[in-house]
Amino acid sequence: MVKPAGAEQVLRLEKVCKAYNIGQPAEIEVLHDIDMTLDRGQFMALTGPSGSGKSTLLNLIGLLDRPTSGRLFIKGEETGRLGDTEITRLRAHTVGFIFQDHHLISAFTALENVMMPLLLDRGFPSAAAETRARDLLQRVGLAAVAGNLATNMSGGQQQRVAIARALAMNPDLVLADEPTGNLDTKSADGVFELMRDVNRDSGTTFLMVTHNLDLARRCDGIIDVVDGRIVG
Amino acid sequence: MTPWLPFEWIAAIRFLREGRMQTMFIITGIAIGVGVIVFMSGLLSSLQTSLIKRVLTSQPQIQLLPPDQIARPLRGGRPGEIEDPTIQRPSQRVVSIDQWRKIRDHMLAMSEITNVSPTMAGSALAVRGDASRAITLSGVEPATYFNIVRVPDYITAGFARLASDDIIIGIELAKDLGAVVGDRLNVKAAAGVPVVLTITGLVDFGNKGANARIAYVALRTAQSLLGVTGGVTTIDMTVRDIYAADTIAQRIQAADRVQADSWIVTNAQLFTAIKAQGSSNLVIRVFVGLSVAFGIAAVLVVSVIQRSKDIGILRAMGASSGQVLRVFLLQGGLLGFVGSLVGSALGAGGLAIWHASVRAADGKEIFPLLFEPSLFVSTAALATLTGLLAATAPALRAARLDPVEAIRG
Ligand SMILES: Nc1ncnc2c1ncn2[C@@H]1O[C@H](COP(=O)(O)OP(=O)(O)OP(=O)(O)O)[C@@H](O)[C@H]1O
Ligand SMILES: [Mg+2]
Repeated sequence: MVKPAGAEQVLRLEKVCKAYNIGQPAEIEVLHDIDMTLDRGQFMALTGPSGSGKSTLLNLIGLLDRPTSGRLFIKGEETGRLGDTEITRLRAHTVGFIFQDHHLISAFTALENVMMPLLLDRGFPSAAAETRARDLLQRVGLAAVAGNLATNMSGGQQQRVAIARALAMNPDLVLADEPTGNLDTKSADGVFELMRDVNRDSGTTFLMVTHNLDLARRCDGIIDVVDGRIVG
Repeated sequence: MTPWLPFEWIAAIRFLREGRMQTMFIITGIAIGVGVIVFMSGLLSSLQTSLIKRVLTSQPQIQLLPPDQIARPLRGGRPGEIEDPTIQRPSQRVVSIDQWRKIRDHMLAMSEITNVSPTMAGSALAVRGDASRAITLSGVEPATYFNIVRVPDYITAGFARLASDDIIIGIELAKDLGAVVGDRLNVKAAAGVPVVLTITGLVDFGNKGANARIAYVALRTAQSLLGVTGGVTTIDMTVRDIYAADTIAQRIQAADRVQADSWIVTNAQLFTAIKAQGSSNLVIRVFVGLSVAFGIAAVLVVSVIQRSKDIGILRAMGASSGQVLRVFLLQGGLLGFVGSLVGSALGAGGLAIWHASVRAADGKEIFPLLFEPSLFVSTAALATLTGLLAATAPALRAARLDPVEAIRG
């Protein structure tokens, strides 16, 4: 595991647990006492069998969900105390998401999808946001299809747009949940290399869930989750 | 993206445009509902306006009579239809108002009253050659009376001149007597002196019964014909605020020794009809509004379900639940607004077609159509509000969607 000395901690989890259906007969704890850290600039793989809790963990880290117990720090700030509005803001400014099935909004073009986080943040579209979105599309090699609707692009192209979108707010941390899961080997490789390039060029921290051990080995390190516990 | 539109508007418009079929169908549904409301309300308010206008220009708004003489408007067979534009008492008992000059001066001094005119009314017989007809004679002072009952507006032949030996008669009466403008008529009453009068004009109050009996002469002529020199049977008036007529009438009755009838009381049936129409129109509006609201809500509920992934990803990208709420509220408001514009056009078109195709027997319009801008503005505002309200439940549902669940799908 490459860990530059004295690197800033982007993320820290202390004894984080997550249970579902609390207080009901079907109550189930899916994450148990998770401790982990991510330093700025790391590109980590999150692996484990299906149902082991990888997506659940990613959603907690991405502030889409709250832990049942334990503490979660983003850039040193404890997030348990924050209200919903602050959580939403913090999420918008520090976390970018990439999902397995891209989740582009089909009513908008590729360019507009990339602009969306900026639009949501400012409330209004701006020329600056459009310029940034064009640059990002250029960065992921899709300047030519900027005006296409999501439905008029290949799976690999859509996932590249999703990467550009995740980078729109220049986040500290990008969370990718099986970003290559739906792609053929060649496209998967391209998408992975793109993320790796972004990580190298701009120092953005990545946490990528993957079942692809070949890709996992090409990351800075592997966090393996089994039955809701980190095993290595 | 339109630079001056906020995110909520952009997203609402895009979502509506993307769901083209749903949007088209619901807008059509709203438009039909709004069209029905516009059509009905437009028709009704035009009808009521023309009815009230007719009543107000063919009857005094307040009429003073000798006390304890109950006058009733003559009515035709159909409800709400006034057969006789002026209210008359039986001719055999011509009773003059006591000290009517004093009362008239008193009325002239009241600021709420705009016109005052003494009138001598009674029954008489009009004879021309072999033909004779019973007539309802009204002796008036044209200078003041024509401001109260707009006889000149209803003249169809000749003109509204009433010198001492002139007479204006209804068109049916003229037909019955075979008389035209310029002809002479013998007029006599039970008491008084018979006279020969020249027809100067024919009036048409749009009512066969009235047109067959009505006859206007100068006040002095009527007084001598009916044998009540210097007397008047009614004092006719108009008021500044037509809807205050009844309160004013009650005040006069309390103060002076006269009976005072307002147009509101003498046309009670008309008002009942107008009220009944108004309330049935309101009921229809409410139910059409409800069905429009449920239609909008149904479409938006489906849309929220269809877009739950979009909503989830928007939340993940930093959209607040308030932003999501507003996107769906706006869709409801936009649907209501656009639907009301289309519906207003439909309703107005329907009114125009109705007006052009439905005509009286003589091909004239039944009543003039009023296109009140306020009807369209209020309908659009109401439809927009209905859309917003209908969108509340789906929008709240969208806003409360758990992003994790939404993204998992
Ligand atoms: N809302 C929920 N209510 C109850 N149980 C849930 C809920 N969400 C997830 N779980 C359970 O939590 C466990 C972990 O789910 P999670 O989606 O995190 O697994 P995963 O590691 O991402 O699996 P996969 O590799 O298949 O994506 C599973 O057993 C799942 O059934
Ligand atoms: Mg998963």
